[in-house]
Amino acid sequence: MMIKQLKEMTRKFWSKFFKSKGQVKLGFYGPPNAGKTSLANKICQDWLGEDLGTVSKIPHETRNVQFKEKVEIEKDGRKLEFKLIDTPGIATKIDFEEFMKFGMNKKDSQSRAKEATQGIIESIKWLDDMDAVVIVLDSTENPYSQVNITIIGNLAARDIPILIVANKIDLKKSSIKKIQSAFPEYKVVGISAKSGEGMESFYDEIFKLVKRAK
Amino acid sequence: MTKKDSKNNRDVTIHFMPYSEISRDDSLTRIKKIVGLVLENRIIILQGRLKPEEETKLIETTMTLIGNIKGFQGVEISTLSGDTDQSLFNKIRHNIARILVGEQDAITLIGPASFIKEIKRDPKKIELLLKRK
Repeated sequence: MMIKQLKEMTRKFWSKFFKSKGQVKLGFYGPPNAGKTSLANKICQDWLGEDLGTVSKIPHETRNVQFKEKVEIEKDGRKLEFKLIDTPGIATKIDFEEFMKFGMNKKDSQSRAKEATQGIIESIKWLDDMDAVVIVLDSTENPYSQVNITIIGNLAARDIPILIVANKIDLKKSSIKKIQSAFPEYKVVGISAKSGEGMESFYDEIFKLVKRAK
Repeated sequence: MTKKDSKNNRDVTIHFMPYSEISRDDSLTRIKKIVGLVLENRIIILQGRLKPEEETKLIETTMTLIGNIKGFQGVEISTLSGDTDQSLFNKIRHNIARILVGEQDAITLIGPASFIKEIKRDPKKIELLLKRK
């Protein structure tokens, strides 16, 4: 137990030491179909003029970790630079038959399911390497899912700063309040990656988040 | 295996696991125990909770099994914690209790996703919806 705690302290010390010299790694985490890639695309479009990845209504569209090595944002005379890392959605179950409901054939569905399981494992492995994390949640869904609690619990245990994004606020069923009451210890910002609503507040919070990571 | 045995294999069992059953285990042994029971089609009601890193380890382990074990789709998991009262006094009291007796002030439900349709959770209750066979 003591050795484990010492190891963790050493890891945190060295990661902080190197972090101050390098670029901040900003990860996008959350359950499937919450809009992580849509938000990453919105940021990349706003500041680089290009997309990061493809989006789809079919869950687990992102099945590999995707990067943008250098994103530079500017706001009110301030500049911020970070490496953007978009991760596959984390889930506790995958049923290939769910993909068939979207019109995919059995073989493709099975292959997508296999890739999705590997993507989830990859996402979890990357948790250790993040300097700060944006948790993207679908504000029309119940936030009390164990996946959300598990991701946030892991980041808190690693002392990694978190910003929670309540996405899809353009939809009627959306409720930022539900997410705020589920995670009262964290800052929650409401946005729509699709319409761009709330992005100004989001960028303000990103400056604060990255500052906490430095 | 007889036809009857095979049918019984599709039955689901509720397994109550007191915290004492895992309190002395290391993380790997805990995960192995839980995965073993889930593969026997058991829905585990665990007194207490897993550590966040154990939950991710459980997800990683079960992800490697999907596609390799016929019909296995992963797990459903939900924890109902006793620390919903966020007042400072209760937080301190809860943390002291956790250090002394472990994470017993919670209930965790873990089961095979192929049997569980959904676990609905709000801050004060968990509802388990099973699939119709």
